[in-house]
Amino acid sequence: MKFGVIVFPGSNCDRDLVWVTQGILNQPTRLIWHEESDLSDIDIVVIPGGFSYGDYLRCGAIARFSPVMQSTIHHARAGKPVLGVCNGFQVLTEAGLLPGALVRNRNLNFICDRAPLRVERNDLFWTQGYEKGQVITIPIAHGEGSYYADATTLKELEDNEQVIFRYCDAQGNPSPESNPNGSLHNIAGICNRQGNVLGMMPHPERAADEALGCVDGMALFEGLLRAMPALA
Amino acid sequence: MQGFMTEIAAAPFSAQEIASEGIKPDEYSEIVRRLGRHPNTAELGMFGVMWSEHCCYKNSRPLLKQFPTEGDRILVGPGENAGVIDLGDGMRLAFKIESHNHPSAVEPFQGAATGVGGILRDIFTMGARPIAILNSLRFGTLDDARTRRIFTGVVAGISHYGNCIGVPTVGGEVYFDPAYSGNPLVNAMALGLMETTEIVKSGARGIGNPVLYVGSTTGRDGMGGASFASAELSKESIDDRPAVQVGDPFLEKSLVEACLEAFKTGAVVAAQDMGAAGITCSTSEMAAKGGVGIELDLDLIPARETGMVPYEYLLSESQERMLFVAEKGREQELIDIFHKWELHAVVAGTVIEEPIVRILFQGAIAAEIPATALADNTPIYHRDLIAEPPTYAREAWNWTPDQLPPCDLSGISIGGQPLSWTDVLNQLLDAPTIASKRWIYRQYDHQVQNNTVMLPGGADAAIVRIRPLADATSSSITPTPSSLTKGVAATTDCNSRYVYLNPYEGAKAAVAEAARNLSCVGADPIAITDNLNFGSPEKPIGYWQLSEACRGLSEACTAFSTPVTGGNVSLYNETLDSDGKPQPIYPTPVVGMVGYIPDLSRIVGQGWTHEGDAIYLLGDGLDADSTALSFGGSEYLAVLHQTIAGQPPRVNFALERSVQAACRHGIRQGWVHSAHDCSEGGLAIALAESCISSDRGATISLPPLSARLDQVLFAEGGARIVVSVDQASVAQWETYLQAHLPYHWQTLGQVAASGSSLQIRADNTSVLVDATIAAMQNIWSTAIERRLTS
Repeated sequence: MKFGVIVFPGSNCDRDLVWVTQGILNQPTRLIWHEESDLSDIDIVVIPGGFSYGDYLRCGAIARFSPVMQSTIHHARAGKPVLGVCNGFQVLTEAGLLPGALVRNRNLNFICDRAPLRVERNDLFWTQGYEKGQVITIPIAHGEGSYYADATTLKELEDNEQVIFRYCDAQGNPSPESNPNGSLHNIAGICNRQGNVLGMMPHPERAADEALGCVDGMALFEGLLRAMPALA
Repeated sequence: MQGFMTEIAAAPFSAQEIASEGIKPDEYSEIVRRLGRHPNTAELGMFGVMWSEHCCYKNSRPLLKQFPTEGDRILVGPGENAGVIDLGDGMRLAFKIESHNHPSAVEPFQGAATGVGGILRDIFTMGARPIAILNSLRFGTLDDARTRRIFTGVVAGISHYGNCIGVPTVGGEVYFDPAYSGNPLVNAMALGLMETTEIVKSGARGIGNPVLYVGSTTGRDGMGGASFASAELSKESIDDRPAVQVGDPFLEKSLVEACLEAFKTGAVVAAQDMGAAGITCSTSEMAAKGGVGIELDLDLIPARETGMVPYEYLLSESQERMLFVAEKGREQELIDIFHKWELHAVVAGTVIEEPIVRILFQGAIAAEIPATALADNTPIYHRDLIAEPPTYAREAWNWTPDQLPPCDLSGISIGGQPLSWTDVLNQLLDAPTIASKRWIYRQYDHQVQNNTVMLPGGADAAIVRIRPLADATSSSITPTPSSLTKGVAATTDCNSRYVYLNPYEGAKAAVAEAARNLSCVGADPIAITDNLNFGSPEKPIGYWQLSEACRGLSEACTAFSTPVTGGNVSLYNETLDSDGKPQPIYPTPVVGMVGYIPDLSRIVGQGWTHEGDAIYLLGDGLDADSTALSFGGSEYLAVLHQTIAGQPPRVNFALERSVQAACRHGIRQGWVHSAHDCSEGGLAIALAESCISSDRGATISLPPLSARLDQVLFAEGGARIVVSVDQASVAQWETYLQAHLPYHWQTLGQVAASGSSLQIRADNTSVLVDATIAAMQNIWSTAIERRLTS
């Protein structure tokens, strides 16, 4: 199974992802420069966190026009897995692969913390390593991570069970107090209708290394590996 | 006297124009002597910035000479862009601290942001990938609206730059004191892991080699920032916004990658970042260090605005720019790398044999100065030290604890208000200097790069795993998780109230505390970088403070075998009040120390870990005398009694070394489960913080004591560390202490249950302090935020 991690100028979590997929999980992984367009060797495309193209204008707004994103859109439409983390999630919404938008955090400040999340579904290859309803703790680090969508879109997301991760308290309740950034419906991560494109603000790659204490993100990668023979 | 008056009289500039470049009359005379003629405007500007304290250390150099700079692990000491130490196994760490005080006073966000950008450039210029940022910040008090604006702006600026560029901000320190109301201190320290085989140096070599200008464009921003940083802040200079640079972390992120890629080609002979004094500083320092000259054509420099004159090109401090000397014939290879990262890269000059800096503009020579006149053989002022300590210090030393109100088991009555010891504890927990800094570090991405082993607030020092990375173009990551057992710890420290009261003892205490903080996580102290933030050295008191502090730093660095590998000097940290009277800051020699951790599985934090663990106090005992354990300069005296007086605690090097060694040994044996030093707020605050950090309580019983109870609970100093020890290891631990730290340890009590309280009893009966963790947590964790929103 081969991971491809996109590198835009300004990406800064690209190597963190490579560390997990290749350094820890021993999976072949390739960094993909933003000007490349051939993704034929890649099974899972990952769009990492960072500040693509400086995030001038709007987070992810310029990245969507890059050659690599055109190929990523084809990759997604072919039903292959695409994961966007943090800035990657923002890029996915800008590129139209996921609905809604990520806006400035409610308190207007950047937030770096560890956030408890409730896993809403475990019937997707992204989350099959978790129990449904399980509370996991994953680091967050963003200034513009407040999920927004209009009422119709939100209803669709909920009706189709596209919300995968929700900010919650230690007991799993998605309370207002446990919402770090003001996301509507406490949304931390969503997938597309087909379930092959996942965008999430929390960083699972920062919670996959025992040496750093927190490993709740590892099940996402491991679940993916178990599913891959079927997907490839 | 006669001499320079005639020079000035004959000068093509008015005395005012000369003074506005920060050049004194006798310095002007010296410039004319060196050149054999009067300088032109561009040259005068170049001398102005290069002869500023910021660039040439004309006041501090004689004092800095005494610092120990050599040691087994030191690969590069002072004089390069950053120091480099050897961590073994081919791993080398570059690190450095730098100030951005004056820009942050004027424009807090950009001032702080470019401070971070500047220190990161110093690191990657050496061929190292930045792996961590720390910062040392000083502000006025948060009841002042302007201070709140500066504080929130500085935090946002650091957050913006560090987060975008993807380097974790993992630690630091923040103090609030009226002494910094007009002149905040923003010191940023960065660490980097060498990625190139050769350490990239800055001395130009190879006559005929091309000189490359790379990175961003040159504009009029930051004009003369180095001179601006070397003068007092006045009401007018607060409006001097053009002297503040504007940063672009996105460009710098690309610059990091492009530079490291370029260095790995082997085609770069020398490199220097353009920080203070931009093109002037980089050309003259690179030329002077290499014993050669550089000819540079300003017409080839990518400009961001039109109509700039040589003076502006030469003094611009536009950010994210570097100067390279490349191997002749390989320049295109380098240019291609920078173009790939969408950055400028042009051949703008040549290394020449004649040791001069020659600047061309529109086909003519715009400036021509001997390189050493700008960068090496610069003015030095040897100032006279006052014969005895200044009056303010002697008066402060006259203070004795007898001047405090009496106290007993029930507490102390201050200004007619009776306070229990729990009340006093709570007031100290509410002091912003002691309170939780979470509001700040939550805005810093402290986990990017996946190596942050210790989260901010979790321990006395930051800990980062050492993990070499693959380069930008290949995805080959060599190390396996299990082979990565090593780490570095880092801390920044300075209790400037101590330094103010006694610069010599205070500076020693800063080094001792840094080494103690590293020891508290299990790291071996290795080397320091220092940031000397002081007032004007031209005043007898200012120079006395600087000189005494340097003497203290020097002795302490020798005592702890932690050589100085470089740093930064920021003088003239004074604000002229509305009456034009200068108000200096407290003298603040910030010590940034790095330590080595051989085994990351043997580290500890400051919070308790197991109920029932035995709590010990290492270092001076509960009834230590008042020279070691002092009220002088303590947070207790300042916050509760509004008094800044006394002698700060005296550092005992031998005891410090033994206490720190014992702590490290206990951690590495696995006996010690937590360690936290007693600093601001003394023993009681250290205990409270270990409780809050872990949400576990503690039951402490104090033996009958003759000392005042506030001395026992809140006095500071004494080389003290509070540790908690595994019950099963108590016997081994005590045997060890008996042999290696005789008479300097005692048991205090036990770790209690989660969610319980901190109880301190005297004579086994009377309860001195009884505070639930929830109550302490509530005060401590909201103290800063509450002051910002009220």
